[in-house]
Order: sequence, then C-alpha cells, then structure tokens
Amino acid sequence: MTVDTLPYTTFYKAKKGIISWLFTLDHKRVALLYLYSIITFFLVGASLGILMRLELFHPGKDIVEPHTYNQIFTLHGVIMIFLFIIPSIPAVFGNFFLPLLLGTDDVAFPRLNLFSFWLYAIGALFALGTLVFGDGPADTGWTFYAPYSVRTGTNVTMSVVAAFVLGFSSILTGLNFIVTIHRLRTPGMGFNQMPLFAWSLYATSWIQLLATPVIGITLLMIVAERVFGVGLFDPSIGGDPVLYQHMFWIYSHPAVYIMALPAMGIVSEIIPTFAQRTIFGYKAIAYSSMAIAFIGYFVWGHHMFTSGMSGPAAYIFSILTFLVAIPTSIKVFNWIATLYKGSINIDTPLLFALAFIFNFLIGGLTGLVNGALAADIHLHDTYFVVGHLHYVMFGGTGFAFFGALHYWFPKIWGKMYNKKVANTAFATLLIGFNILYFPMIILGIMGMPRRYYDYLPEFTFWNQVSTVGSWITVSSLIVLIVNLFVAARKGKKAPDNPWGGITLEWQTKSPPPLENFDKMPKIPEGGPYNYPNAKSSN
Amino acid sequence: MDHTFHLPNSGHNFDAKASKMGMWLFLYTELLLFGGLFLVYMVYRELNSEAFLLASFKLNVWMGTFNTVLLITSSMTIAMSITALQKGNKILSIRLMWITILAALGFLIVKYFEWGAKFEHGLFPGMEHYQQLPTGERLYFYLYFFMTGLHGLHVIVGAVFIMFVIRGVKKGSVTPERYSLSENAGLYWHLVDLIWIYLFPLFYLIH
Repeated sequence: MTVDTLPYTTFYKAKKGIISWLFTLDHKRVALLYLYSIITFFLVGASLGILMRLELFHPGKDIVEPHTYNQIFTLHGVIMIFLFIIPSIPAVFGNFFLPLLLGTDDVAFPRLNLFSFWLYAIGALFALGTLVFGDGPADTGWTFYAPYSVRTGTNVTMSVVAAFVLGFSSILTGLNFIVTIHRLRTPGMGFNQMPLFAWSLYATSWIQLLATPVIGITLLMIVAERVFGVGLFDPSIGGDPVLYQHMFWIYSHPAVYIMALPAMGIVSEIIPTFAQRTIFGYKAIAYSSMAIAFIGYFVWGHHMFTSGMSGPAAYIFSILTFLVAIPTSIKVFNWIATLYKGSINIDTPLLFALAFIFNFLIGGLTGLVNGALAADIHLHDTYFVVGHLHYVMFGGTGFAFFGALHYWFPKIWGKMYNKKVANTAFATLLIGFNILYFPMIILGIMGMPRRYYDYLPEFTFWNQVSTVGSWITVSSLIVLIVNLFVAARKGKKAPDNPWGGITLEWQTKSPPPLENFDKMPKIPEGGPYNYPNAKSSN
Repeated sequence: MDHTFHLPNSGHNFDAKASKMGMWLFLYTELLLFGGLFLVYMVYRELNSEAFLLASFKLNVWMGTFNTVLLITSSMTIAMSITALQKGNKILSIRLMWITILAALGFLIVKYFEWGAKFEHGLFPGMEHYQQLPTGERLYFYLYFFMTGLHGLHVIVGAVFIMFVIRGVKKGSVTPERYSLSENAGLYWHLVDLIWIYLFPLFYLIH
C-alpha cells in the first residue's frame, strides 16, 4: 500500500463549527454523532445496571425501593435496547463504513440519514424525559406488557412514544442501506463481491424495514389505550393481553437479529484480516445472514410458551427456533475454518472477535435450552433468561461493537491506541463479563425469578459473585473507553492500513477525506478477501 | 492535490431509480403499519362477529361509498398528472394535481361530517354512550376511529406531498425529464387509496 504523505483535508476539517456537524450530510459525521450519543447512553444504561447489581448484593432492601427498582430495570432495558444495541453497529459502523466498503462517497439518501439521526435524538429526549415529566419512568419492563402498561400510573406513554420514534429512525436507516447497497456499489462489484459486513447490514436492514412498523402500530395502540381509557389489550373490556404479546414479539424477536446480524458481519470482517486469509465459505456466510433474517420472522412465539398457546403452535415455534441455530453455526464453523492454517496476527480486534464467538456460543446454546418446550416451562422468567440475553447482546453484540471500534479506530481517527492497555481492558472485560453473567444462568436453573428487587437467602452467594463481576466489567469498560478517548486526542499517527486489510476502506487515507476516495478504489481480484500474500493454499 | 475526482457512483448524484426504490420500501413499511391493525381487527372480528355486525349498521354506507368513489377518482387524476408531466404538459399536470388535492379535501370534509355524527351520538371512545355499549361494539368503534383516523392522517400527508410536487413543477425542480418526485407522490397516493379500499368493506360492507 502506498503511503501518501501529501497534505489533504480530512472530513473533520472540511467544515467547521457545531452547526456543520448537526446539519451535516456526510455519512462519516452522522456516524460519529451516533457514536458519541450511543456511548453516552451505554454508560447511562450501564450505571443503571450497576445500581441493580448493588441492590441485589444482599437479600432484602439495600439501596432502592421496590418501585424504584422496577423503574430502574425498565429504563435500563429501554436505554440499552432502543438507544444502544439496536442502533449501535448499523448506525455507527454501518453509516461510517458501508459507503467505504462499497467504494462510494455516501449513503443513497444523505438527508434522510441526517433525519434518522435527529429522530434518534428526539427519541432519546423522550426516553430520558420520563425521568423528569409525569410520575417517573415506566415500571413495566422494556416489553410494556399489557394490561399493566395500560394501568400503571408511571409515564409509560412517554417511554412508548420514545420507542416509536426510535423505531422510525431505525426504519429509515434500514431503508437507506438497502437502496445504498442496490444502487451505489462501485462499478464491477456484484452482490457476491461485497464485503460480508455489507451483506449482514443488508439482511439487518430488511428486518428493520419489515418488522419495526408492527411494533410502531402496537405502541401507538398502547398510547391510545392510555389516553382514551379504552383497551384493545385490557381483558376487563374484552381485550386480549396475549394478542399484545404476539404483536410485540412479532417485532421484538426479529429485533434480536437486528442486534446480532451486524455483529456477525463485524466478526466476518475482522477474522480474514487478522488471519490474512480468504474467508472460508463466503457465500455460506452471506446467505446464512439472509436465512437468519428470514427464519427470524417466524419464531416470535417462543417468548410466549407459558402465556397460553395451543400445542401445535408451540411445537412449530419451537422447531423453527431450533432452525435458527443452523445458519448461526454455519457462520461459527466458517470463522473457525478461516483461522485454520491462516497466518494469524493476534491483535486487539481479533481478540474481541474470538471473545464474540465464545460468548455467543454460550448465549446461543442457552437460547436453545429456552427454545425447548419442556425446559422453558422451568426457565421462563428466571435469571436464566437474563443471563442468556446478556450473553447474546452484551457478550455478542457488545463485544463485536468494541471489536469494531478497535478495528476501525485507526481509520476513523487516523491514530493508534495503546494496544497494551486495550488488551488488558479486553482481558479483564471478558473475565468480568463472565463472572457477572454466568452466575445468572446458574441462579436461573436454581429458580430465581427475574425482575424482583429481593430474593431468597439461598441465592445470596451467586448474586454476590455476579455483583463483583459487575464491578470488574465496569472498571474495564472505563479503561477501554478512556484509552480510546486519549488515543483519539494524543495517539500516535496510524498508517492508512495498519492491519493489512484489503477491503476498500483501507485503500483510502486515515481519516478519510470528505469524498472518501480521491481515486477510483480497486476491487481485489477474486473476491473481497482474496489475500495475495496468504501463505496457505489448500 | 487533484480535487476534480468524482466517484461515478456518488450518493449525492440524482438517481431516479434509487428514489423510486426508496419509496417502494417505505410503502412496505406503511403496509405493515396498517397490517398490524388489520391483524387486530381480524382477531376481534372473529371473537365478536355478532357485535361487529350490529355496530357496522351504525355507519353511513352512502357517505363511505361517496368517499370511495372520490378516492378512486383521485387515484386516476394523480396517475394522469404524472403522464401529463412526462409528456411535457406542465399546466395540465398541475391542474390534475389540484383536482387530486380537492378530492382529498372532499374526502376529509365528508369524513368530518361522518365523525361529527358519531361524536353527537357519543360513540367516540370514552364518551357516555360508548361506555354503555357491549364490549364487542366498543372494540369496533375503537378500531373504526383508530384505523380511519390513521388513514385520514395519511390523506393529509399525501395531499401535502402533492403540494410539494406542484411547487417543484412550478420552480422547475420537477420536470418532464426528472419526474421521480411526482411519481413518488403518485405511489404514495395510490397507497392511501388502496388502504381505504380495504377499510371500506371491512367497516361498512361485510355482513
């Protein structure tokens, strides 16, 4: 790779002033606006999580009232799901890198992209507004299950409106990416020459587009019920609360794949770069993303095995749930096969990718346990589910998010972080994470129900282990973020292509100029991961 | 350094195909938004078919029919206005768009009287008479106001969208060569029409 030492204007310096950021039409700036907001909300959500773990250190009341505890876990869920996980990888790295990976200078609708960010900001204001307005944040859990969500005195309306607006933002981002992928690939790049991150975003975008409207309308119905005092979901006047659960999960289960698929895309980018080897089974990985997106629509019922469901429906949902495991494991096998006989360069991003595989394996397998009809009766609404979902979302998507941050950091800021600190933060984060959440899986099997501020004395030991884990986790997160923050300001200058990647984003400068490329990017011959110097040739 | 380089596949280029594709994708989301409501309607119709039938007699079929005709006609006029624009007849195109907007207004006025009558009878959710209705009828009216209300909102949005196209044609940003905005407004308007085509039999006609 040639290192161009000529001065050029980076996208940071192309325009100046805060207005140029808030009204920017540059996908890279929009991505950074998202990044800063998302990290902020992640820290807020994590603080709420710490509060919960502190409350659960001893049985009985420690620091918060039961009602406050309910509000805390609801706000934790709303912030982490709608403000962090769902937008995290698509809105930050999708926005920044999709155009770069495709060899273009922006998404298809730059204005719509900015509008999505504004919607995100408005939604965030609504979500946080519940702290100030009305009778406090909702205490329903992030699922807003009716009829409680219709009857509670807390400010459910505002939380629900927040989720509605954020959903709209997510729809528009998905729409933008689909059109971008169809229309703006660099000449000569077919669908099967696209990097796998683009494929996973494509699958994700379809889910965002086709599933989110259903939750939108469902949440509007909740608002209407609360405002007009009549119910579609309140059984006292003929409504059906189970119908609400169906409507909710028709979106919210596919939403799980909105969270997971982009993370798998990140791993599929990192692994070939650090193994310096062609990805094993490119098409299998690409199409399995689409398969997950497709099957993911038809498994929502597995959240409701205990809510009242006919036998045949339960069997079908259970079988379909097991089917999702197939494309997922195809990916895992392909990643491992890619590493086999590669010239592996163990660096921070690869560590995160490997940790993703490890955590996601636990998350995925516990998911299958939940999907099994008989086991689910015992495990439903216990800490087993809490452990499972955090393994998938934090251990999976969260780790992939931080992996992507470390992978593309030199491209975004043109600086390199302190790798020793980054690796240390990674190691302690992985340990802390497992100490935090693995006890939850054990507690769940022992029978501890979720969403209570109190528990029986026999659960004390594992709860205390878990709380200690939360301290390790948060300290490592702080070290990790501070390390990157310092590097962005004072880090050593990074070369344009520090990892030897061959996808198109590495062909431009770091940080990229406003138009991304100042000459036509060259597609690698023989596929996006065809490393010319790869040693192995079997 | 050479700043004259421009990517051929720039996101800032005008791309009629992209904007049309975006519009179609947006229409899918609209369909699914209403799809959720249709699903709820289906479930409750199944559970309370008697009550839904009784309640549906309280609607004015003639007003509904009139509105249906209005919307179908306006769908035709907007389609004609797009063709007129493509063939270069800007004035006719603008006129046809105004006719579409008038039809939208007419629809809303009829809707106003229809809804007004229901309010007078206290059939709006939360009103006195409404509270005394049997459960099934209450669900019916709740869905009626929710679905036709959301549809009415779409009529307003569609009309405003068409006004933007009129402005675009007058200002010259929408031309016989560059008509994708007008086409998109047309697509949106057809969706508004199409949803009504389903709402009308579901609420007024089914026996």
